[in-house]
Amino acid sequence: MAANTRDIRRRIKSVKNTAQITKAMQMVAASKMRKAQNAATASRPYAQELSRLLMPFTNYVIEDESQAHPLMQNREGGRDLVIVVSTDKGLCGALNTNLLRELTHFDPVTTEFVCVGRKGLQFLARGKRDVIAEFSLKDNFSFFDAQIVAKFCLDRFLSGQVNRITAVYSDFINTLTQVPTRKQLVPLRSLDVGNAELGMVDGPSDTVVKVEVPEYILEPNQTDFLNSLLPHFVFYKIFHLILESRASEHSARMVAMKSATDNAKQIIKDLTLEYNKIRQASITTEILEIATAQMVLS
Amino acid sequence: MSTLKLEIFTPEAVAYRDDVEMVLIPAELGDMGVYPMHVPVMTRINPGELVVTKGGETVHLAIGEGFAEITQTNVRVLVDMAIEERFIDEKAVEEAIERAQKDIREALLGNQEVASAQIALMKGMAQLKVRRRSYSPGPAQV
Repeated sequence: MAANTRDIRRRIKSVKNTAQITKAMQMVAASKMRKAQNAATASRPYAQELSRLLMPFTNYVIEDESQAHPLMQNREGGRDLVIVVSTDKGLCGALNTNLLRELTHFDPVTTEFVCVGRKGLQFLARGKRDVIAEFSLKDNFSFFDAQIVAKFCLDRFLSGQVNRITAVYSDFINTLTQVPTRKQLVPLRSLDVGNAELGMVDGPSDTVVKVEVPEYILEPNQTDFLNSLLPHFVFYKIFHLILESRASEHSARMVAMKSATDNAKQIIKDLTLEYNKIRQASITTEILEIATAQMVLS
Repeated sequence: MSTLKLEIFTPEAVAYRDDVEMVLIPAELGDMGVYPMHVPVMTRINPGELVVTKGGETVHLAIGEGFAEITQTNVRVLVDMAIEERFIDEKAVEEAIERAQKDIREALLGNQEVASAQIALMKGMAQLKVRRRSYSPGPAQV
C-alpha cells in the first residue's frame, strides 16, 4: 500500500516536471511564432506584386523556345532539383511528416535534393536519396542568406545540370493550419506563376486588364530588365517560402506543446484522484482495524 | 484633377499607398517624373530619392533598389527599402554606413557579404541624401 502511493507520488512529480518543460517550450514557440507570422504575412504583398509584375512575361506566348530568357525555357526530361524546406528540430507535431510525404512524388533516380533544415536531410539520408547540399539558416535569417541557397540552385539550372527547380515547404495558413506545398519555381513559364496568389489582391477585374496589356516599355532594355527581374523573383520567392515555413514551424510547435501541456495536466489530475482514493482507502482500513481491536478488547 | 494611385511595397510592409498627383522616381536611366496618363513603363530603380506630390505638398522618401511598374492610372514601386524623410535616423544611418565601409575595406568576407555590405552602404547613402537635402542646397554628394 505505502509502496503504491509512493509510486504514484513519484509519477505525479515526473509528469509535473514534463508539463513545466512543455509549458516553457510553448511560451518560447508562441513568442517566436508571433515574430515569424508577422514576417511571413508582412512580406506577402511584396511577393504578390512581384508575381503580378511578372505576369505579362510569363503569359506571353513565345513561339521560338530558344529565343526565350534562359529562366523561362522549358526543357523536357532531364533531372529535377527539389528544395526541401523543413525544420531543424522536432517536437512540432506532424509538420515534418506531412511535408516529407510530398517527396514521394519525385522519382528518386532523376531527382536531386537541396535541404534547408536538418529534418529533411535526415529523412533523405535514410532513404539514400541524392542530396547535393544542405543549408542551415538561423531564426533571424536575412534575404542574403536565402539568396545563397537560391543562387546555388539557379546555377545548377543555368548550367543545364537540372531542368526544373521545385520547392517543397509548409505553407502557413493560420496557427492551426499549415499546408505542405509543392511549387515549381523554374522555369518561369507555367502560366500560373502567381494566379492563386493574385486572387487575393485588389480584385480580379484589375488583374485581367493587366494581363491584356503587355505592351510595356522596358527600361533600360528588355534583356537587362528581365536579367534582373527574373533572378530577383526567384530569390525572393525562395526567401518568402522559407519565411512561410518558419511561421508554420513555430505555429505547429506551439500547438503541439500546448496539447502536450494539456495532456500532462489531465494525467496529473487522474493520478491525483487515484492517489487520493488509495490514501482514503488505507485510512478507512486503519480505522476499521482500530475499531475491531477496540471491540475485541472490551 | 486626375490622380495616380501610388503604391510602394517593401518586403517588410506596404510603405506607401495613396492617390497622388505626381511622383518622381529615381529610375536607372535618370529621374522620371510621372503624371497621370503616363505611357506604360517598367523600369529598374536605383537607390535614391523618390518624391511624391499631393495637394501641393511633397513627401520625400529614401528608397532602395528595385522595380517600378507605371501604367496610366497606377504606379507600383517594389523596392528593398522605403523610408519617409521624417523617419530617417541620421545617426543610426551614419553608423550603418561606417560599418558597411569597414566591412568592405577589410574584405575578409566572402563575395556575398561584400555585396550585402555594398547594398547596405547604398541604402545608407540614399537615406542621408534625402535627409540632408534641406540643409545642403545643390546636388547632393553621393
